[in-house]
Amino acid sequence: MTRTALTSTPRRTHARRAASAVVALTTAAALAACGGGSDGGNAGGDENTLTWWHNSNTDPGAGYYEEVAAAFEEANPGTTIEISALPHEDMLTRLNAAFQSGDVPDVYMERGGGELADHVEAGLTMDLSEGAADTIEKIGGSVAGWQVDGATYALPFSVGVVGFWYNTELFEQAGITEAPTTMEELDAAVQALKDAGIQPISVGAGDTWPAAHYWYYLAVRECGQDVLTDAVTSLDFSDECFVRAGEDLEAFIGTEPFNEGFLATPAQVGPASASGLLASEQVAMELAGHWEPGVMQGLTEGGEGLGEKTGWFAFPTVEGGEGAPDAALGGGDAWACAADAPPVCVDFVNYLLSDEVQTGFAERDMGLPTNPAATGAVSDPALADLIAVRDSAPYVQLYFDTAFGENVGGAMNDAIALMFAGQGSAQDVVDATQSAAGTA
Amino acid sequence: MTARPTSTGTTAPPRPADDAPPSRPASSGPSGPRGTRRGLSPAARKRAEIAFFVAPALALMAVFIALPVLQAVRYSLYRWNGLGPLDDFVGLENYATALDNPVFRDAVSNNFLIIAVSIAVQLPLGLLVALLLNREIRGRSFLRVVIFMPYVLAEVVAGVIWVLLLQPRGLVDELFEAVGLGGVTQLWLGDPDVALWTVMAVLTWKYLGLAVILFLAGLQGVPEDVYEAAQLDGASWWQVQRRITIPLLGPTIRTWGFLSMIGSLQLFDMVWILTGGGPANSTVTMAIYLINQGTDRGLYGYASAVAVLLFGISLVLAVLYNTLVLSKDRDDAPRPRRQKKVAR
Repeated sequence: MTRTALTSTPRRTHARRAASAVVALTTAAALAACGGGSDGGNAGGDENTLTWWHNSNTDPGAGYYEEVAAAFEEANPGTTIEISALPHEDMLTRLNAAFQSGDVPDVYMERGGGELADHVEAGLTMDLSEGAADTIEKIGGSVAGWQVDGATYALPFSVGVVGFWYNTELFEQAGITEAPTTMEELDAAVQALKDAGIQPISVGAGDTWPAAHYWYYLAVRECGQDVLTDAVTSLDFSDECFVRAGEDLEAFIGTEPFNEGFLATPAQVGPASASGLLASEQVAMELAGHWEPGVMQGLTEGGEGLGEKTGWFAFPTVEGGEGAPDAALGGGDAWACAADAPPVCVDFVNYLLSDEVQTGFAERDMGLPTNPAATGAVSDPALADLIAVRDSAPYVQLYFDTAFGENVGGAMNDAIALMFAGQGSAQDVVDATQSAAGTA
Repeated sequence: MTARPTSTGTTAPPRPADDAPPSRPASSGPSGPRGTRRGLSPAARKRAEIAFFVAPALALMAVFIALPVLQAVRYSLYRWNGLGPLDDFVGLENYATALDNPVFRDAVSNNFLIIAVSIAVQLPLGLLVALLLNREIRGRSFLRVVIFMPYVLAEVVAGVIWVLLLQPRGLVDELFEAVGLGGVTQLWLGDPDVALWTVMAVLTWKYLGLAVILFLAGLQGVPEDVYEAAQLDGASWWQVQRRITIPLLGPTIRTWGFLSMIGSLQLFDMVWILTGGGPANSTVTMAIYLINQGTDRGLYGYASAVAVLLFGISLVLAVLYNTLVLSKDRDDAPRPRRQKKVAR
């Protein structure tokens, strides 16, 4: 054409090339930039509709919660409950987005600790202290993880503890007759399993938190309850016991007890995950929470999990540790109401924690009920044992990452995972956590 | 270049002809004799026309590109967990923290290593395969499909398959053992010293097809007569490739290099599936670090700073590549270049 066209062509291509780079890269920027702007607003829209998100997306849980909602609707004419039963990870992702947009479902699950504190600070969660006073009293100490400055923001419906799940048959093969109760005995068991040609322990260090549970538990054993309680609020880890916990862990990692390639092993997804390895009898034990039998059932073809061979023992004690030997590490899920939910929401969460609903929950082995009236109804023997352990523990320390919130907890988990890779010292874990706490 | 119907007849024909030359001496040609609306010089008219056609695209770019970038820049100056209002202004502290963070620095160096290795491995390999597949061989189209297939596979699907293959005692290990190379098996994704190289091998597998297809397309543009002339002069196959094909393939190679570089900088999905950045941060890339800090840690202010840094680094590289490498292709306009090629 003309000269203008000729000379302008390169400039345009230039601009376009630069622009394509910009497009590609801003996607990343946009990812981080999304969110913001909270315009509040009730998710359901009207005063008589409750939106309820939960993660029991398979039966019997899914069906049971439909019955529960129907029963509540019948008892409260005019109220409708809209249920979204989501897979767990999806629910977390969607909840995250919901918190950022400020458009939170009326009834949702809170994991407590620092996460809850962030939601409370942002004014997203309803104070249930008065509306649910009776329920709170009934549940007792478990509620502590869901309190901020003395006010209760969610009602825990299932609280479990972490411990070792093991394969009784493989233990027998290795000649281990009694479950280990001290770290020395655990070391001996690891050695016996290795001698018998069995991989002792699987750990999903690829997901970091399963590895971090070892450090948490050693800290629970090494540190007194008051030190832990202080640390959770002040984020001050200067007490020597935290370094000792790290040193204990380093020593334990040094005995090479873990499955092949554990640094990249996922926690629960797929047959090569830590849970999958235990379920398929390729390792003898795994440190995990009350969810483990259910996870293993999902990972085996017949839905059996380890079946009859399932055994459980508490995290071993540490000699000279200042923590109570029967203190436990655990956590759970609680029902919360969005700050802008209709008032009937409080009635509904109270109902969810009622003797009746919790008993049904227990009978279907959906978790470890917190309402004492329901604890006897758990039919699965492994879960029933866990309830006994939980209820006899002098205190249950909430998982540190949950207690500290995403930022500090995430930094702590990463530092512990590095220790598993042989790239961090006991002091590094404490330093990384402290420095994240400073920038939180 | 169509004139809008409304403009015809409203102005007298001679005016633009008088006006045009002084205002636009070089480009008066096409727009000169055309009619314009009264009071609107041809230059302004043209600008209005351009604005009319470009505005929708610009508006979209503004909303979906410029605005998010500016938002990210704004967020990056705050300490913000994604909830509640932006009220904790920290200035450039997030940037200082990022630049001081060893994991972020690892991520940057991993990205640069991936750029270097992708180009160093895929360029010769891609050229070789393209040259081979450009010859008359039996089953050529089938081989082309085989080479290109990984590129067509969805990234996540390919990643999940590789994760399964690369597991300890997985198919890859078994294959090595079957051919008597049991000694070379590794914890492909589980060893911090090996994982990055495993990821690069998978990336090469995935993206070699693109290089080959682009080079093959470039090869079709090399004129037959040049080869014939070379053959008459008694040049060997290798001489022909080295002296004729590869130089003439220059523009294609340079464009591919740009795509490869940008792809390496943005690298996220394949690594996310294969290793998630681990073990021990050995395969972390800038995009993975960004997601880890942003969505997993809830440090949206800090992650925005990382995003802006990633954007800056990419922009600088893109501009540098444009001025240093791609300008070669730009400086000589299409027509003269063809002549030069033939003459060379």
